[in-house]
Formats: sequence, structure tokens, C-alpha cells
Amino acid sequence: MAMTATYGHAHADPHHIGRVLEHPGPAPKRIVTAYGFWVFLLSDIVMFSCFFAAYAVLVHQTAGGPKGSEIFEQKNVAIETVCLLLSSFTCGMASIAADVRNRLWFYLCMAVTCVLGLAFLSIEFREFADLVSRGYGPSRSAFLTAFFSLVGCHGLHVSAGVLWLLTMMAQVFAKGFRADILRRQMCFALFWHALDIIWVAIFSVVYLLGGAP
Amino acid sequence: MFGKLDWSAIPFGQPIPLIAGAVVLVAILGVLAWVVVKGHLPYLWHEWITSVDHKRIGVMYVLLASVMLLRGGSDAIMMRIQQAIAYQSQGYLPPEHYNQIFSAHGTIMIFFVAMPFVIGLMNLVVPLQLGVRDVAFPTLNSVGFWLTATGALLVNISLVVGEFARTGWLAFPPLSGLTYSPGVGVDYYAWSLQISGVGTLVAGINLVTTVLKLRTRGMNYLRMPMFCWTTLASNLLIVAAFPILTATLAMLLLDRYLGFHFFTNEAGGNVMMFMNLIWAWGHPEVYILVLPAFGIYSEVVSTFSHKPLFGYRSMVLATMAICVISFMVWLHHFFTMGAGPDVNAIFGIASMIIAVPTGVKIYNWLFTMYGGRIRFATPMLWSIGFMVTFIIGGLTGVLVAVPPADFLLHNSMFLVAHFHNVIIGGVLFGAFAGFEYWFPKAFGFRLDERWGKAAFWFTFTGFYITFMPLYIVGMLGMTRRMQHYDVAAWRPWMLVAAIGMAVLTVGVICQVMQLVVSIRNREALRDRTGDPWDGRSLEWATSSPPPVFNFAFHPDVRGEDAYWAMKQHAKEQQLAHHFEPEYEDIEMPRNSPTGFVCAFFASVTGFALIWHIWWMVILGVLGAFATFVVFAWRDHDEYVIPAAEVARIDQANIEERRNLVSMAGAL
Ligand code: HEM
Ligand SMILES: [Cu+2]
Repeated sequence: MAMTATYGHAHADPHHIGRVLEHPGPAPKRIVTAYGFWVFLLSDIVMFSCFFAAYAVLVHQTAGGPKGSEIFEQKNVAIETVCLLLSSFTCGMASIAADVRNRLWFYLCMAVTCVLGLAFLSIEFREFADLVSRGYGPSRSAFLTAFFSLVGCHGLHVSAGVLWLLTMMAQVFAKGFRADILRRQMCFALFWHALDIIWVAIFSVVYLLGGAP
Repeated sequence: MFGKLDWSAIPFGQPIPLIAGAVVLVAILGVLAWVVVKGHLPYLWHEWITSVDHKRIGVMYVLLASVMLLRGGSDAIMMRIQQAIAYQSQGYLPPEHYNQIFSAHGTIMIFFVAMPFVIGLMNLVVPLQLGVRDVAFPTLNSVGFWLTATGALLVNISLVVGEFARTGWLAFPPLSGLTYSPGVGVDYYAWSLQISGVGTLVAGINLVTTVLKLRTRGMNYLRMPMFCWTTLASNLLIVAAFPILTATLAMLLLDRYLGFHFFTNEAGGNVMMFMNLIWAWGHPEVYILVLPAFGIYSEVVSTFSHKPLFGYRSMVLATMAICVISFMVWLHHFFTMGAGPDVNAIFGIASMIIAVPTGVKIYNWLFTMYGGRIRFATPMLWSIGFMVTFIIGGLTGVLVAVPPADFLLHNSMFLVAHFHNVIIGGVLFGAFAGFEYWFPKAFGFRLDERWGKAAFWFTFTGFYITFMPLYIVGMLGMTRRMQHYDVAAWRPWMLVAAIGMAVLTVGVICQVMQLVVSIRNREALRDRTGDPWDGRSLEWATSSPPPVFNFAFHPDVRGEDAYWAMKQHAKEQQLAHHFEPEYEDIEMPRNSPTGFVCAFFASVTGFALIWHIWWMVILGVLGAFATFVVFAWRDHDEYVIPAAEVARIDQANIEERRNLVSMAGAL
């Protein structure tokens, strides 16, 4: 009773639907990893949607505090956005460099990604600190609660991303472009690009719509 | 230095939790001491704690669920006794203690009994049914389990250090806000769910990827066993719903810790938003639990009726329909909150639509049994008991899904009866059926049938005696969560319910006895064929317990009921030719303490957060990050089982089976 291809049991098409695509067997590791990570990213996006929803519900609950249009500085946000979009580009370059096993370009692109990410974070931090110092902290009103949480949640993700990025660089430095490290690099790149997409949503919903007087 | 933690956190004045805590502590220390003295610690460490084998992890999940079932069950007993004697008196529990008990009971039963039980069974079985060697991410799997255990640990610590929430299992604000719940109870609740929720999400991602990407050759979607389908549906729901819980709890915690205003009454916070968010998770959660149970019934009913599952395709369709619709009806949990008649009508109708695919399933099971050769083994008893019970629960569910009726029955004992009806009759019975059905696969011997049947009958009747009275008092106007009452008409029913609880307890004792007796008689109950029930899907094609690598080869599937077809085919050929396959080396993931270490740091961090011990929080987080880096730094995460070894194990199995078959032939 061995279970191999040797027995010719029956028809591959019991219900006569015509051509049946035979499933070839378990997928290779690279695909499994990327797939699983995609599923994770989707669930992360669900979490962000909750914060978006909360923002939408609470955006007019300013409790006598400032409205969005009174506190957002479009110029800062524009610089932030440019930083993040550029970093996504350099992150893509890093992936290409990893694919062709070019260490120098890999380090260079990752380093630039890191610097751009840090720039983004510091601008965001300054914005937050400035608001808090003017008495417009997250506990001032429900609107500010939702604003700080949504944007802050993204900021936390970026910070985690920067930590991950540094670990990635260290790993490539110590171990080179091994298959498992390339898989990890692929996940990191997916993560970073996803953060970019979420930022575009934040930029539009929070700053563009909310910034209009 | 120790934040809010000081000696007043330990309830020296209250004997019940203190004694319970002391007993548990002594028990744990006793077991630990026994393990160490007997020298079992290395075995436990190498074979279980650091194991990344999906079968072992599945077993540990089920073990965790069973232990927590006893804990949640003791809470249930305490509540039933309280309500039985608290007529025109205070009863024996102070009110705030009673409130902690029902909150802990609900939380434990849902998150630390039902969830780990079904996730454990899915972990154990699904890779076997798919004919593969492991889940997609073995180490992550272990992390997920240990994080769940962390959550359970924190809930249990709250028994002796501090207090648990008094808010009910969903911790509605503003009651759970800082103003009304200044103590650490809600923090215990929120952090333990937050941590175990991450574990659940990890398990969900893992199983979704496993089903979608790791199927053996020829295992097309429409050849997967039903349990794999319901696993897929349930885990898709986990991936989509648990992030909502995470976000909601995060918002609640931000309100509590940093003075945010998501759900407060001041500064524009919005309590209704909590209701919407929590039920957007909570309703799918019910289906996350019950869908795997549906899968188990499908497997059990077809195996013990000796027939393929009737209407397999409609069953697949029904499963996926439930998966989608369950996300669209959450609002029926607050019909009474003033959303307006139109909204209520839409959600009421949507809720009833779910009855359609569920009905399809029930008919399919009935038709599978119809004309089959039915064996009333214990798993089958649980399945039939389920069908009867679930139909009642479903009908009362449709009743509460009618908005006008809900205005009357909302928050009444009727509702309590209804959800226990579906969750015990649906999920717990399914978990028990699966436990009996797959136990031989996991351990290599069957469970004692006599004790099993006794357990079923006591649990089944006990369940009815306990919960049918609750429907009645519900209609007599008794609301839920009452610490004491003055209405004479309720009294007799509360007494009946208490008696029912006693019968239920006998059922639980029988189940424990079954385990003890079976372990003692394990030689007599040994399953040498790997196929004790004459099964139909691939998990029965390998030995019991399966070797670490599950299958020496990826089986090649040519239709539904893969193993059944293979057996038929083998019979036709009368095992004529001796088959010498070419074995190959197999790569398997290496054991890793990552999960355990992560859980350790998560426990430290969680505990520190609950008590506001900030330096400890920092230590815990740094530890977790260090674990991540160390794990990422590993050079060899796999080891190779040489072909010769695979051949030896596989040939031994084949030999054993061939002997049995020829013995059977000689009879
Ligand atoms: C073993 C038999 C069980 C008994 C006798 C029992 C009894 C009770 C009682 C007396 C309550 C409180 C109702 C009230 O507050 O008026 C309750 C609540 C609850 N039970 Fe059970 N229970 C049992 C099993 C389970 C199981 C297996 C689950 C889930 C898997 C479960 C889930 C819940 C939930 C979610 C609540 C709501 C808690 C709350 O009010 O916040 N129970 N149960
Ligand atoms: Cu619901």
C-alpha cells in the first residue's frame, strides 16, 4: 500500500468538467514565504483601516480644540511624503542590487533608504512635539486622539521598519546573499512599499481632505 | 520601582481566590518538581517545548485548552451555585467578585478554550490531510502557540495578584474606561487578549498559507477534505478579523494609559464606535470557532456512515458563503442601541440569511447518514448530539435576530441560553468529537469507548438540564449577570440549572477517567494500522503516531476521499506486487526555543505593562528584539533525515500493515 504515482486509480476528472488542472504539489519556499507575508500585510492593512475608521468617526469631534486645517503644515507634510516615496524607490533599487548580488549598491541603497526613513520620522516627530507643546496633544480632543493614533501607528511601523532594515544590512554583511536572507529581504521590501501605500492614504485622507479649510 | 504593584494586590482577605490560587500553585510546583526529579526535563524541553512539529504543537494547544476548560468550568460551577442560592440573599460571593467570575469565565472559554482547541486540531490534522510534511512556517507556529499560553498565564495570574475585569468578556466602555474601572482588572484583560491575539493571528496566517500553497501533488481545491476547507475559511476570518480586535484593544488601552479619547464620554469620544469595532470582530469570531467544528462533523459523519460526504460541492460553497456573510451582520448585536428601523431590518435579514448555508450543511450531513452503514462510535455520538442541539440553538438564534424580539430578549438569560446552546452544542461538542476521532492518530492508541460514551451522555443530558431552564427564566424576564434576585418564579429553574451543572460535571469527570483508563490500557488499545476508523482522507494513510516527516513521499491524489480510493485500489490489486520505492533525503526544520523565549519576554512585558513597571517593560521589549535578531542569525534551520532512515521507518510501517492485512485475510 505505498502511496506513490504507481497506482492508476480512476479518472482525474470525476465530474467530467473537461480539462482539470492538476495541482503540482507544494510550492517552493520563496513563494510560500512571500505569500504568507502578503497575508500578514493584508491583516496589517485591516488594522490600519480600523484607525482610519476611527478617524473618520471622530474627525469633527474637536471639543473646542483646533480643527485639522488649523494645525496641519502642508509644506512639512509634502517634504515627508517626498522622503518616503523616494525611500520606496531606493528600497526597490536595493532589492535589485540584492538580486544581482551587488553588495556595494545594496549597502548604498539600503543606507539611503534608512536615512530617508529617519528623515521622515524626525519631521513627524517634530510635528508631534510642536503640537503637544502648544497644548494640542492627543488627549485634547477626540479628533486629536484619532489623528495622533493613525499617524503615530504608521510612524511606529516605519520605526520598526528602520530597525529591520539595519538588521538586514548587518545580516548581508555577516552572511552574504544566502537564499533565506534574500527571502527576508523580499519581505522587508514588501513591508516598506506597503507602508508607502498606507502613507499615501493617510496623506490624502488626513492632510489633503482635512487640510482644506 | 514596582509601579502599582504592592502587597495589597494579593487578596489576603478573600479566602476563595487565595485558596484556589494556592492549590493551583502547589499543583504546578508539584508537577514541576516531579518532572525535575524524574529527569523528564530534557525530554520535555527537546521533544515538546522547543518542538516545531505541527503535530506536537497541535497537541500542546489542545492540552492548554483542556486545562483552561477546567478553570473556566470551575467559574461556571461557582456562578451556578451562586445563582441557585442567591434568592433574596447575597449568596456566598460578594458582587464584585461575581462580576470578575463571569468576565473571566467568558474570556477564558472563548479565547483560551474554544480558540486553542480548534486551532490545535487544525494544526494537528490539516498538514496530514493535505499530504504534506509541515505547516508553512513551523517556527512561527511555535511562537503562536506560546503567545497564546502567555495570555492564559496572565489571566490566571490575575487570580492571585490583583484582580480581573468586572466588565464582561467584551469590556464595553465606559465601564471599562479609567473612570469606572480604575484597577488593573481591565488591563489584565486587554493585555492578555492582545498578546494571545498576536499568537492567533500568526496561527491564522500560517494555516491560510499552508492550505493555499502547500498541498500534495494532485490535491486540487475540489479534492481537499472538508476539514481543510473549513480550516481555510476559519483562518481567512482570523486574518481579517483579529486585527480589528487588536486595534480596538489598542484604542481602549490608549484611553486608559495615556488619556486618549476614543471611547470616553468627554472630549468627543464615541462609545458606539467600540460596539461597532468589537462586534465587527466578535461576530466573525463565532464563525471562526464553529466552522472548524463543522469540518470535524463532516469528516466524522462520512467516516462513520461509510459513505462519501453528500453534496461535497454545496458544502464548500456553503462554507465560503458563511465566511463572507459573517462579516456583514455584526450590527445585530446592538439592535437596541437606536440605529433606526431601516438599518435594523437590513441587518436582521442578513443575519437570517446565514441560516441558509448552515441549513444546507445540516441537510448534507443527514443525507450522508441516510442509507449509510452507521457506526455509533463516540465521535459519531458527539456529532449527532451536535446536530440536535445546534438546530435548537440556531432556531433561537433566528429569534434573537428579529429586531423586535431582540428588544425583549436582549441581555436576558434567553440570550445566555442561546449562545451556550450554539457554542457548547456547536463548538465544544465538535472539539470533543475531533478529540476522540484524532486521538489515535496523535498518540497511537484509541480511547476507551465505554467511558467515552458515558462522558457523552452525561454531558449531553447535563447540558440540556442546565440550559433549557435558562430559556424559560429569560422569557420570565431574568436579565443576565445577576448576582442575586428576589423573583420567586425564577428560583426553581435556577435550582434545576444547578443540578444540570452537577450532571455536566460528571460528564467532565468521565472524560478525565476515559483518558486515564485509556492510557493505562494503551497496549490493548494500540492502533497498528494507522487507520482505526477505516478513514477516507490522507491523515489515515500514515502510521499512528506519524513519523516527524508525516509521509515518506508526497502522496499523489487522484480524486476526492484520497485514502479511500487508495485502499479500494489496493484491494483490487490484492496487494499483488511488492513495491520498492526510491527513498530520498528529507529536510525538516530544526527545533527552536524561539517561541518559548518570545513568550517569556511577552509575559514579562505584559505583566510589567499591567502594573506600570516601566523599566521591566523596557527589559521585556529589548529581550524580544534580541530574540528576533538571534533567531534571524541562525545558520542552520534545517536538518536532513537520510534516505536510509526514511526507508527504515517507512518499510517498518508497511510491513506492520501488510501483516495485519494478511492476518485479517486469513480469518
Ligand atoms: C460548562 C458549562 C457552562 C456553564 C454552566 C456556563 C455558565 C455560565 C454562566 C452562569 C454565565 C453567566 C451568565 C450571566 O452572567 O448571567 C456564563 C456566561 C458566559 N459563558 Fe458560560 N458556561 C458554560 C460553558 C461555556 C462555554 C464552553 C463557553 C464558550 C466556549 C462559555 C462562554 C460564555 C460567555 C462568553 C459568557 C458571557 C460572559 C459575560 O457575561 O461577559 N460558557 N456562562
Ligand atoms: Cu453576531
